[in-house]
Amino acid sequence: MEPKIKIRDMNFYYGDNKALKDINMNIYEKKITAFIGPSGCGKSTFLRTLNRMNDFIEDTRVEGKITLDDIDIYSKDIDPVELRRKVGMVFQRPNPFPKTIYENIVYGLRKNGVNDKQILDEVVEDTLKSVALYDEVKDKIHKSALELSGGQQQRLCIARAIAMQPEVILMDEPTSALDPISTMKIEELLLDLKENYTIIIVTHSMQQAARISDETAFFLNGEVIEHGETKVIFSNPRDKRTEDYITGRFG
Amino acid sequence: MDNKELQRIKSRKLKNSVFHGLIFFCTIFGVIVLALLLYDILKKGLPWLTIDFLTNFPSRFPKKSGIFPGLLGSLWIILLTAALAFPVGVGTAIYLEEYAKENRFTEFIKLNIANLAGVPSIIYGMLGLAVFVRALSMGRSVLAASFTMALLILPIIIISSQEAIRSVPSALKQASFALGTTKWQTVTGVILPYALPGILTGTILAISRALGEAAPLIVVGALTYVSFIPKTPLDQFTTLPIQIFNWSSMPKREFQNVAAAGIIILLGILLLANSTAIILRDKYQIKIKD
Amino acid sequence: MKKIDFKSKSGMQRNEKIVSSVLFLFGIISIFTTFGIVFSLFEETVLFFKEVSILDFLTGKEWTPLFEPARFGVLPLVFGTFLIVIFSSIISLPIGLGSAIYLSEYAPKKARKILKPILEILAGVPSIVYGYFALTTITPIIKSIFPDASVYNALSAGIAVGIMTIPMVSSLSEDAMMAVPNSLRQGAYGLGSTKFEVATKIVIPAAFSSIMASFILAISRAIGETMIVAMAAGSTPKMTLNPLESIQTMTGYIVQISLGDVPYGSIGYKTIFAVGTLLFTITFILNIISRTIVRKFRRVY
Ligand SMILES: Nc1ncnc2c1ncn2[C@@H]1O[C@H](COP(=O)(O)OP(=O)(O)OP(=O)(O)O)[C@@H](O)[C@H]1O
Ligand SMILES: [Mg+2]
Repeated sequence: MEPKIKIRDMNFYYGDNKALKDINMNIYEKKITAFIGPSGCGKSTFLRTLNRMNDFIEDTRVEGKITLDDIDIYSKDIDPVELRRKVGMVFQRPNPFPKTIYENIVYGLRKNGVNDKQILDEVVEDTLKSVALYDEVKDKIHKSALELSGGQQQRLCIARAIAMQPEVILMDEPTSALDPISTMKIEELLLDLKENYTIIIVTHSMQQAARISDETAFFLNGEVIEHGETKVIFSNPRDKRTEDYITGRFG
Repeated sequence: MDNKELQRIKSRKLKNSVFHGLIFFCTIFGVIVLALLLYDILKKGLPWLTIDFLTNFPSRFPKKSGIFPGLLGSLWIILLTAALAFPVGVGTAIYLEEYAKENRFTEFIKLNIANLAGVPSIIYGMLGLAVFVRALSMGRSVLAASFTMALLILPIIIISSQEAIRSVPSALKQASFALGTTKWQTVTGVILPYALPGILTGTILAISRALGEAAPLIVVGALTYVSFIPKTPLDQFTTLPIQIFNWSSMPKREFQNVAAAGIIILLGILLLANSTAIILRDKYQIKIKD
Repeated sequence: MKKIDFKSKSGMQRNEKIVSSVLFLFGIISIFTTFGIVFSLFEETVLFFKEVSILDFLTGKEWTPLFEPARFGVLPLVFGTFLIVIFSSIISLPIGLGSAIYLSEYAPKKARKILKPILEILAGVPSIVYGYFALTTITPIIKSIFPDASVYNALSAGIAVGIMTIPMVSSLSEDAMMAVPNSLRQGAYGLGSTKFEVATKIVIPAAFSSIMASFILAISRAIGETMIVAMAAGSTPKMTLNPLESIQTMTGYIVQISLGDVPYGSIGYKTIFAVGTLLFTITFILNIISRTIVRKFRRVY
């Protein structure tokens, strides 16, 4: 199968600090790829290169090539705004807008010129259902999103991301601020979403990576040490450092 | 502990109490002055505060004097000033916080704004006189006065809007960008709604400042005795503070009471504006907070 | 879910370009303002100095630009301004500092909650109202103590300017004191210090530079204050140190001329720009000094 995203000889710099070194990776469609590795190794940085959120950080630089469906996302005629429409993102902490649940979900659509009320209503219902939030909130869709619990807010943020019908969803530790039950719900949700989306998730939880991902990449000091099928990585790692990390002997 | 030591502790405690009393008085001083000032003004002004006072033109006779042209002049100028300064001030704040690159030039703009905030208001009057009244031939008009006032309050609006914009959590901005929005869409969709209460509060404070200013308008050429009301922005004008100033400097003592009545109106409007600001702020904040 | 068709972004990109240029233009309006101020002041000032030598202007002890023989020595106006600064500082600096210490070190939460808004109100009262207050309340009090004080006098105006600048000193100094970390205070209290000792030996020294900066700003405000002096200080340019006499400040002179019918281009018209230039320069330097102090001595705790 042809990879959805291809990363070739990629380096990333914050000023003079080379945060990612010589990354080569293939990411496949309709799979969950997990990034693991110790703090500060560059997982979030890598994630942000994929939807060009790093563009907002001054004095940063990318070398090498990243393609989405064989199109270079850093080429001159790619509009990063349009790229982000295709590559959605969910953040570590739930960050709903201080607006109603409804307006949160349709925000991206409205800003992209979709104003037909019927379509919007439909999207709200569909996305809330697909993040398993609909039954919980259907009576307060026009109430502030800030009245939801943390776990509900995070599911709303996922709904907000998929309302844009992206092809890829990037998730940076989406459950690290949540309790076990909310975490479980989101994990189930991701397994559902995988049918339609390509998902990349950063996580500090080995169990989570093992439970939900198809592929796992282990990062260390800005390099990809090992990347492959999750089953293999967790049962039979090739690299000693990977083994040390997943068995908790690291450091 | 010997006697000497006890003595010393006692004297230290005494010093502390005396100091406490002293600085408490310092703080209360402001309250006393405010009370005195209000009492004085209300006592003199209230009996003169009639409907006629609001609708009459100035007159040689204290009893017939009214504040109507001043009231309308102030209204004209405040509306025009706000219309000019608000978009430019908020726009500048958006530019500085969201668009400008961090470089020398941006630093220079920021430093420049900070300096402008400290320029005496009368200097703005001279700028207005040289540029708007003369060079751009607006004459001694409402329009020239409004441009002058707009420049005067611009730094206040910019600085308070910057603060409000800076308080927008970056997580919200990132969320917006990640949904495929342009910078301006993020500004209008997330940043401005979130920062609006702060921006409005700052703007109302700035406008209150403009409402009470007299010096720059005197230099620009406000009239002190007006028997008409401005119909277009190019008409001449007087304002509330200038009327008050004029009455205060009249030799006839009764005019002091007329001035006090004018001050009551001025302070009343300021109070109204500021309460609006507070109510606006609180109302929005409840909505945003959980 | 049904597939949604998005519009192309190209129109938005064009908007984006327009928006960012417009915002940039707004951003540089402030620079134009500064240049506008400098040019409009200097233009007439240069013309003025074609008729009057700079030396005469800066060192002359008589200011009678509109009478014969016309004299253009600005020192009387500077002296008048100086008197106002002295008396306003006597009021605003100690009282402002005192209330800052009270609010930051002594005041119970409840008292702060009531007192701070009152100081804010005081700061929001227009200067014209203080001018009225000086004229109708302060001056009569002064006259009852010093019967030969003039109706318009520097003392009354100075006191009113001082009252007006108290909130400024108080709030800036208080901010600085609140920024002093509690660990410093705790150490001293642990050694048995009284609040007075903590305030004077720990907090004030730690916040000293910002307190100085607030003092300088208050002085700068006093120099630029116009309506109070125009109403209460008189219009007699005079080199005196007697606060009970009528004087005139730089700002007061500009107002006096502006109220009269001085024709454009006349020497009278030019004098206000020369005086304005001096006023602008002095306040500008003071503001820069104040900012530099804050920046240079900002403590990193
Ligand atoms: N905005 C930034 N500016 C400069 N350097 C940065 C920035 N963000 C991250 N870095 C640096 O890049 C490196 C990688 O950081 P990154 O946030 O990608 O790590 P991470 O693997 O996501 O860590 P964590 O698990 O703690 O989230 C770190 O050394 C960090 O200091
Ligand atoms: Mg991270």
